[in-house]
Amino acid sequence: MDIELMISSFPKLLNATLITLKLLSVSLIVGLFIGLGFAILRMNNNKLINKFAYGYSYIFRGTPLLVQIFIIYFGLGQIEYLRTTFLWVVLKEPYWCAIIAFSLNTGAYTSEILRSAFQTIKPGYLEAGRSLGIPSKIIFTKIQIPIAIKQSLPAYGNEIILMLKGTSLASTVTLMDLTGVAKYIISTTFKPVEVFIVAGGIYLFMTFIIHNVIKYLEKKYGFQT
Amino acid sequence: MELLYFGDKGWGDELFFATLMTIAVSITAMIIGFLFAALFTPLKLSNNKVLNSIGNAYTTVIRGVPELLVIYLFFFGGSGAIMFVASIFGYNEYIEINAFLTGSFSIGIISGAYSTEVFRGALQSIDKGQFEAAKVLGFNKYIYFFKIILPQMLRLAIPNLSNVWQITLKDTSLISVTGLVEIMRQSYIAAGSTRDPLFFYSFAAVLYLILTFLSMQLLNRLETKYSKGY
Repeated sequence: MDIELMISSFPKLLNATLITLKLLSVSLIVGLFIGLGFAILRMNNNKLINKFAYGYSYIFRGTPLLVQIFIIYFGLGQIEYLRTTFLWVVLKEPYWCAIIAFSLNTGAYTSEILRSAFQTIKPGYLEAGRSLGIPSKIIFTKIQIPIAIKQSLPAYGNEIILMLKGTSLASTVTLMDLTGVAKYIISTTFKPVEVFIVAGGIYLFMTFIIHNVIKYLEKKYGFQT
Repeated sequence: MELLYFGDKGWGDELFFATLMTIAVSITAMIIGFLFAALFTPLKLSNNKVLNSIGNAYTTVIRGVPELLVIYLFFFGGSGAIMFVASIFGYNEYIEINAFLTGSFSIGIISGAYSTEVFRGALQSIDKGQFEAAKVLGFNKYIYFFKIILPQMLRLAIPNLSNVWQITLKDTSLISVTGLVEIMRQSYIAAGSTRDPLFFYSFAAVLYLILTFLSMQLLNRLETKYSKGY
């Protein structure tokens, strides 16, 4: 055990954790909106729109995240037309490519979580709302969304943890996130166990925090529906 | 489409064998995972505090740490550990372990943590009366476990195990970083030499979609078979 290496690599790894957290938070926020959008499309009665939303979530959940990042980072740059548009400013940066891939990926999972949450809302709540003469927009924002959020909290908590682990793939497109720096230190010092303990410890600490925050929210907002 | 020709001109045969490799690694990893689950599920259900915390530590650590980090640990640490053991027996040459074994083992450990949770959940949701009845009727241990508990457990576990299979299948893409030539690695090589990454990575995505789709069909059939009579 090389304790010295563990102590000296800790600040470097902690610094890299900032990038991991940035990637995680930005993609979760964007992914939440994508997920909400596609969940609404999934509940649409139009078959074509429905199929489109289903196809989106099927493709992103059925392929590895690594493939998605590689398609966006290595693949899209190949299209000549894209290089001439303003999109290229975004797509040539590995940071934004990672964020796009993560957001689309978590968006697909989130849409499934939200859809099942919406569908388990008892029809009685909506009927009660309608019979009280509440406009359907307000039924949606004031009744459906709050209940759906509460019901999807446990599953969404898992998704956040999965996404935290997913951000480690950013290291494959040259980003120096926690895993990227850990790999760099391992390959220069050949001390995998020590680095794994420190980096893994940081990840576990983050999972622990996320887990407890979600548990707290569940308790605070949880009610029987 | 020329890029997909079999033979020297295209990458069809290479990608075909790479797909077989992905399937082989996934199945091996799944089996290794079951072995880990068979070891750790009893620990997690044990009343002994020490054993229990060992089981919990395994599932918590593996499920809380990114797969890539676990793979790096075994990729860089695996041959070191084996050389250390070998040096005890007086063998001091450099040993390089097979990428297939390292890959399957690291993915297997990850998949084992998920399988452990699935088996634990399934065992816990079997009605207590079943255990008691089997004991009271004086069945021997073999019948007790294989004829009474296991079939009931499998019925409850199979739907969740098919999720574990999906996760395992997708995780195998990560061992491309160790150089094992499976779908992802082969696409990387092909993309590099033809300068057509968009095509090859999209094709890799299609291959994964086909694999997940086909395996879901098979697993759904298995699910109906095991839930017969319910």
